[in-house]
Amino acid sequence: MQTHNNGETMRKVLRHIRKYWFYFILSLLFAAVTVTLTLYLPILIGEAVDLILAPGQVDFEGIWSLLLIMGVMIGGTALSQWIMNVCNNKITYNTIQDIREEAFRKIENLPLKYIDSHSYGEVVSRVIADVDQFADGLLMGFTQFFTGVLTIVGTLIFMLTMNVGITLVVVVITPVSLFVASFIAKKTYTMFQLQSSTRGEQTGLIDEMIGNQKVVAAFGYQEKAQKRFDEVNERLRQCSLRAIFFSSITNPATRFVNSLVYAGVGVAGALSAVAGGISVGQLTSFLSYANQYTKPFNEISGVVTELQNALACAARIFELIEEEPQTPEPPDVVELTDLDGSVALEHVYFSYAPEQKLIEDFNLEVKPGSRIAIVGPTGCGKTTVINLLMRFYDVNQGCIRVSGTDIRKMTRHSLRAGYGMVLQETWLKSGTIRENIIMGKPDATEEEIVAAAKASHAHSFIKRLPQGYDTIITEEGGGLSQGQKQLLCITRVMLCLPPMLILDEATSSIDTRTEIKIQEAFARLMEGRTSFIVAHRLSTIREADVILVMRDGKIIEQGDHETLLQKNGFYAQLYNSQFSA
Amino acid sequence: MKKLLVYMKDYKKESILGPLFKLLEASFELLVPLVVSAIIDVGIANRDVPYIVCMVLLMVALGVIGLVCSITAQYFAAKAAVGFTAKVRSALFAHIQSLSYTEMDTMGTSTLITRMTSDMNQVQNGVNLVLRLFLRSPFIVFGAMIMAFTIDVKSAMVFVVTIPALSVVVFGVMLISMPLYKKVQAGLDRVLRRTRENLSGVRVIRAFNKEESEIQQFDEENRQLTKMQMFVGRISALMNPITYVIINVATLVLIWTGAWQVEGGILTQGQVVALVNYMSQILVELIKLANLVITVTKAWACANRIESIFDQQSSMQYPKQSVQEDPIADVITFENVGLTYKNAGAESLSNLNFSIHRGQTVGIIGGTGAGKTSLVNLIPRFYDASQGRVLVNGVDVREYPQDQLRDKIGIVPQKAVLFGGSIADNLRWGKEDATREELMDALRISQAEEFVEKREGGIDAMVAQNGKNLSGGQRQRLTIARALVRKPEILILDDSASALDYATDAKLRKAIRQMDPSVTVLIVSQRAASIQYADQIIVLDDGEAVGIGTHQELLQNCPVYQEIYYSQFPKEVQA
Repeated sequence: MQTHNNGETMRKVLRHIRKYWFYFILSLLFAAVTVTLTLYLPILIGEAVDLILAPGQVDFEGIWSLLLIMGVMIGGTALSQWIMNVCNNKITYNTIQDIREEAFRKIENLPLKYIDSHSYGEVVSRVIADVDQFADGLLMGFTQFFTGVLTIVGTLIFMLTMNVGITLVVVVITPVSLFVASFIAKKTYTMFQLQSSTRGEQTGLIDEMIGNQKVVAAFGYQEKAQKRFDEVNERLRQCSLRAIFFSSITNPATRFVNSLVYAGVGVAGALSAVAGGISVGQLTSFLSYANQYTKPFNEISGVVTELQNALACAARIFELIEEEPQTPEPPDVVELTDLDGSVALEHVYFSYAPEQKLIEDFNLEVKPGSRIAIVGPTGCGKTTVINLLMRFYDVNQGCIRVSGTDIRKMTRHSLRAGYGMVLQETWLKSGTIRENIIMGKPDATEEEIVAAAKASHAHSFIKRLPQGYDTIITEEGGGLSQGQKQLLCITRVMLCLPPMLILDEATSSIDTRTEIKIQEAFARLMEGRTSFIVAHRLSTIREADVILVMRDGKIIEQGDHETLLQKNGFYAQLYNSQFSA
Repeated sequence: MKKLLVYMKDYKKESILGPLFKLLEASFELLVPLVVSAIIDVGIANRDVPYIVCMVLLMVALGVIGLVCSITAQYFAAKAAVGFTAKVRSALFAHIQSLSYTEMDTMGTSTLITRMTSDMNQVQNGVNLVLRLFLRSPFIVFGAMIMAFTIDVKSAMVFVVTIPALSVVVFGVMLISMPLYKKVQAGLDRVLRRTRENLSGVRVIRAFNKEESEIQQFDEENRQLTKMQMFVGRISALMNPITYVIINVATLVLIWTGAWQVEGGILTQGQVVALVNYMSQILVELIKLANLVITVTKAWACANRIESIFDQQSSMQYPKQSVQEDPIADVITFENVGLTYKNAGAESLSNLNFSIHRGQTVGIIGGTGAGKTSLVNLIPRFYDASQGRVLVNGVDVREYPQDQLRDKIGIVPQKAVLFGGSIADNLRWGKEDATREELMDALRISQAEEFVEKREGGIDAMVAQNGKNLSGGQRQRLTIARALVRKPEILILDDSASALDYATDAKLRKAIRQMDPSVTVLIVSQRAASIQYADQIIVLDDGEAVGIGTHQELLQNCPVYQEIYYSQFPKEVQA
């Protein structure tokens, strides 16, 4: 199963690399050239050594011509190595650029359901950390895996052409090093697992205690916290020591095996040199091969783990890329530009999860220009209504019509352009104030921008910012107060003035004066427009044409203020509880 | 880094023995080429088979000794590195615990957490590697050169030229590429920010149909990142070929000089082979050294970041001696109190003067940023007033030992924070040895009894970290219960009923009022309804008390209070 998945992922990776097949072939070609030249060099060095026997027995002419050849070869090796590296860089970085773009496009096209149910950190870590890790693995795989394999094969061939017996010595002893390495890796695996789970435990504790240090201090819990921390810390120390020490044996152990190979070649080579089988120069070449031959084995085992890791990361990225996108728009979809502001919900059924029914057979007729207030205790699911109106989620049954057209039969673009939305959780993008205001109308003139800002009471505070409209605000709108952020969001809608509005009234986090300004801005916005208001203020609620009362995600009552009061149901209860202490 | 070294002192033995055994191993490694050269010059030249076997056995013996030495060294290094970081981590945790709110505000908790986790791991890797390799690699490089000198001074000159040339290339490439890697990191950060923003702002982006333009901007940033990565990649791609050229050209020169020296009878064939072997040992070590330098630079930076936290001293000192309280004094008195936060320009509180009698209920109301939370934070001395003084039971809060003061006060912060563990565990934060009855009483008052009993296991039901498995309102009620378990003299509710509906809020206030009449209760709220029946209401506006009195008094003479009240209770409804 695991290998099958890995194979699957590998195929997908290869499909992405296919675009760069030219560089891929080039890289393979130069890897082969590099390895051949690298391996041939020790032979020439050996030959040169054979020309240096004893005083009077030195063939300077022969050595010189060998050195010349070697010089050219060294240059060639370096050049082809460089080309290979550059090709690998190109393949890797272009591939991950493609993958990242693909992932981002997918994010823009994911159903809200996916985004709402996954933490941002998780998705971000796929696009950033996983892709990065994948790139590292890919690059390492290209540069070391191929050259490693080629080196092993090449060395074997070169050695065999020189002397079969000594080659056998090398071939027999080398696997011992692989065996040792994999033995240690297997033994330490559980130790590393224990280490990372203990580390996770400690991080959790740190996150909890340091993250809430103020509460810890308020309740005088410091000493107990320290005790708990030290206990985990000590356990971590012990299991880290074990994991680090035992895994660090790998290096000396394989090096020891290498030295055994070296000694083996030494004795076999020297003996056959005594018997006249090979020359001293050839022995020298053999010895350097013995060094070269074992190294790629160690490298490859490192690369294999790295590659496995990279594949695991790739699988996580592909999982995101292959995630089901939002329902595609049908071919006969219409682009409606002139919405009259009428909205109708007909027999709407909706729930986030099938087993938990929320909205059932809901009907509502909204005439252009009317006001709908959505009321209910916190967490009653008021956003559900927004999700359906804006088509962030699709209804399960029934339909929603805007200007008489089923919203699934019009482009998302034209539906959403018809709405102006101001949520309580204000969201501003990092950039200038101006960029944020013109989101809905990128070609707005300076006059239009200022007029919109004035109408929404934002102009005066924007003017007082260091760079006015060009002040850069950071993510989450840092530096601006909650009320100012909300005013900016209103300005954003004020600028494009769509026929329908979705507004979220402020609750407690805004001071009274700003709130009055926001109210005024809202009032100006709503003039003559269909508006859905998540309402907290009594005046808004009383003036609404229809009140939707929500509780536990369901719409439980519907009607105007008077009717609902007479009904003496949940609304009446809610209304009365506000004014009795 | 220097200050952190103090924590190394328990591992002095290990940190000396580790590198020492490494050096021993390296020395044996350096002997190998000499043995090979002896095999060639003596063994093969004289056709002396027993000598050859003997020498090869010597090589194996050198290998075994090397293995033993290096495993010993690895053990000491690992022990020192792991022990050292464990010590630093514990000390850092204790240090952070000792910091006051002021320092926590300036540093931010997320930085502190990364310091304690990922930075600490980097330091551990760094220390471990340093102990293992920092002496070994240079030792082999220079050792190889010295061995070359013992063989032949003239040939050794080749080493003298090669080693600096190699170092220049290896460290030059690193010096050039490291700042570039920082740029790559910055590019990556931009891509990350855009991705994150598109997730958190997905509704707004889709509502404004900005998907296409976001994709374009992402592609642009992504392409810039790729370009930067390729540029850096091309530079570091130079390192291997160049070092390869230098080492091998040096080998060629070595062979040429060797040939002349052999001709002159100064060197033997075997010695030339030994020289060539030394040259290749140097290459391997230099590459290791370069990797080491990268790890160490990173670890160094991390260590400095950790150290900067140790440098941050708590700005609050607490007396050890417990104080004598004044039994007839008011429970809380503010005398000309002003508060300016560190690094803030303007005062957050100014010129506050009021007294609260024992057993009173006091409401504190005002808009956002009016200073409500700042005011109540002064009472348990989370911050020190920058002007005037705050008295509890007639004693300046700065004269109280930390525990004596905080044991009196039950505070329910705005953000309802719970910890992993059972509900009972969480409640016992207030009082370690509280009985089950005491816990149930507290839950009853905080209106939490009903939902707690409904949960499987009742008060032994588990709470996930940060209370994720509870709703906002449930969390708030449990934090209130936690403060009540302590049976505090002063109970502070800092806007802690905001997630409760009005009816529950009212019931809660009623239950609190029926508790022990000697408890003084401070309620911070944005809702006029929550505080309107308090004995005393303090109206804050922009850090100043613009009105102190009862509801009726304030409604008559405090415009700010009127504004707040009538915005929540329109006049016509009053009638």
